[in-house]
Amino acid sequence: MTMILLLRAECIKTFLKKRTYLGFLIILLVVPLVEIAMKIEGGRFTGASLRSLQQDFFFVGSLFNGWIVAHQLMNSLWVHIPLLISFVAGDQLAGEATAGTYRLLLIRPVSRTRIFFAKYLTTLVYTIVFVGFLGALSVGLALILMGTGDLLVFRDGILILPASDVAWRFFAAYILAGWSMATIATIAFFFSSFVENAIGPIVATMGILIVLLIVGVLPVELFEAVRPYLFTSHLNIWMGVFADPVDWSDILRSLAWLSGYSAAFAAAAWMIFVRKDILT
Amino acid sequence: MSAILQTFNLSKTFRERTAVRNLNLEVLPGDVFGFLGPNGAGKSTTIRMMLSLIRPSAGDVRLFGRSVLTERSHALARVGGIVEKPDFYLYLSAVRNLEIIGALCGGVKRSRIFEVLELVGLRERALDKVKTFSHGMKQRLGIAQALLNDPELVVLDEPTSGLDPQGMKEIRELIKHLARERGKTVFLSSHLLPEIELVANRMAIIHKGDLVVQGSVADLLESGEQKVVFRGTPLNRIRRLLAARKTLVRAVRRVGTEIHATMEFRHIPDLVKILVRNGVKLEAVIPRRSLEDFFLSMTESSAA
Repeated sequence: MTMILLLRAECIKTFLKKRTYLGFLIILLVVPLVEIAMKIEGGRFTGASLRSLQQDFFFVGSLFNGWIVAHQLMNSLWVHIPLLISFVAGDQLAGEATAGTYRLLLIRPVSRTRIFFAKYLTTLVYTIVFVGFLGALSVGLALILMGTGDLLVFRDGILILPASDVAWRFFAAYILAGWSMATIATIAFFFSSFVENAIGPIVATMGILIVLLIVGVLPVELFEAVRPYLFTSHLNIWMGVFADPVDWSDILRSLAWLSGYSAAFAAAAWMIFVRKDILT
Repeated sequence: MSAILQTFNLSKTFRERTAVRNLNLEVLPGDVFGFLGPNGAGKSTTIRMMLSLIRPSAGDVRLFGRSVLTERSHALARVGGIVEKPDFYLYLSAVRNLEIIGALCGGVKRSRIFEVLELVGLRERALDKVKTFSHGMKQRLGIAQALLNDPELVVLDEPTSGLDPQGMKEIRELIKHLARERGKTVFLSSHLLPEIELVANRMAIIHKGDLVVQGSVADLLESGEQKVVFRGTPLNRIRRLLAARKTLVRAVRRVGTEIHATMEFRHIPDLVKILVRNGVKLEAVIPRRSLEDFFLSMTESSAA
C-alpha cells in the first residue's frame, strides 16, 4: 500500500512538472516537421539512397512510404532521445537536492529504499511513456501522410520486407527501444544520486554515451576487444527485428547486457542514496 | 517520566571539522524545549541527525525510546518536523504538497490536510501554487506539513527565521497553542534567547558543537549573578553613588560610557531614586542576566 502511495506521489511530482513535457513538446514539433518535409520531398529521399544500387538492380514502382520514413526516424534513438530522457531522469534525485525538498521527504517514517524505488520506477514509467509516444506519433503520422508499402532496410546490404510483415516489427522495435532507453535513464538516475544539480547528470550521461559510441566505431584493435562489453554496443537492439530471419538469441543477449548494466547502475545509485548525508 | 527525545554522545565530524561533539540532550513529554545557539553552533546539524537526514559520526538519537539509526521508521512515526527553511514543490499547490508528504506518512485523509491548513491560516490558499506564497506563508505551510501525521513531537528549526515581527509573533502563538491546547512536545531551535524565553519551559545552549548548559528556562535565567547597566550623566557620579551602597550593590565598574553593577534586580527602584535625587540624569537602566550576557558574548565571538 505504502509503495503504491509513494509511486503515485512520485508520478504526481514528475507528470505535473513542466520540464517533463519538454521532450514531448520537442517530439511533437520535430516529428511532424520531418515527416511533412519528407512527404514534400517524396521519392527524392529514397532515390538518393538507392542511386548506387540502381546501376545493378531494376526497381519497379515507388519504395517511398510511411514505414521507411518511420524506420529512418528511429535513428533519433541513438543520441537525441537519450538526451531528452536524461533531462527528466537526471532531475529525479538531483532536483530534490536542488529544491531542498529532500528535507521534506527523508524525515518521514518510510525507508529511503522505498523512496528510492518509487523514484526509480517513476523514471522507468516516464521513459516507457516517452518512447511509446515517440513510436505512436512517428509511425502513426508517417502512415497517415505516406501510406504503407514494403519496407526497404539498408543494413549489411539491402532487405525488402513485405508490407504485411512490418507492423509487428515496429511494435517489437519500440518495446526493445524502451528497454534501451531504460538503460540510459538508469545511468542518468545514477548520476543524479550523487550531485545536487540536474545539469551534471545530463552532461555526464551524454558524455559517456557519445564517448562510447565513438569507441564503438573507431577501427582500433584495443577498442574492438572491449566493444562487446559496452552498453552502447547493445543499444541498437531494436534494429534486430528488421532482419530476416530475426536473430532472437542475439536480441536476448543484448537485452541481458542492457539489463545487467541497468541493475548495476541502479544498485550503485541505491547504495549512494541510502547512505547520503542530506546537507542541502 | 521517560524522555521523548534523547541524544547520547551525539557527534558529527565533516572531514576535519567537528560540527557537534558528545551532545547529550533530553526532552520530556509536554516540553517546549528551546535549543539555543548562535549561527554555526551546530543546531541544524543536530536536528538533521535527530531526523535521520545525516548519519552521526558517533553516538545515537532515541525518539520514543527507539534508535533513529537502527529503527528509523518506528522512531520517526510520531515525529513531524521542519528543517531549516521551508522548501516545497513550488509548481504544486499547498494541497498537492501535503498529499505528497501524506503519502510518506502512510496516507492522510483530505479532511486532515484542510484541517492543518486551517490551523496555520492557509485554508483560503489551499489550492494556490506554493510559488505564489510569501516567506511567512511558506513557513506556516512548513508547520502544517510537520503536523500532518498528528505527531507527538514537533521539531522546528528556526521557524521564525526571516519573518517580520508580526509573523514571528504569529508563529510563537502557534507554538504555544500546539503545546498548551494540543498537547504536543515541541523541540524549537533558535539563535534568539528572547524567543526561547517567550515560549520554552526547558532549554539547552550549544556553542561550537558543545553543549554549554541544559535545564529549566526559569532556573537558568535566574541562576548566577544579575547585572544592571546604567547609562546617564555624569558617569562618575553614578559609579560613586552605586559603589557607596555596598548593601545593595556587590560590584561596580565602568565599561565605556556605561556603568555595570552586579546586584539583584529588586533593588533597581531604590537605586534609581537615589541617583535621581543626587542630580543624575539617567538615560537608561537595563537589567541583564548572566545567561543573556553569556549568550551575547558567545554570539559576538561567533560573529567575529
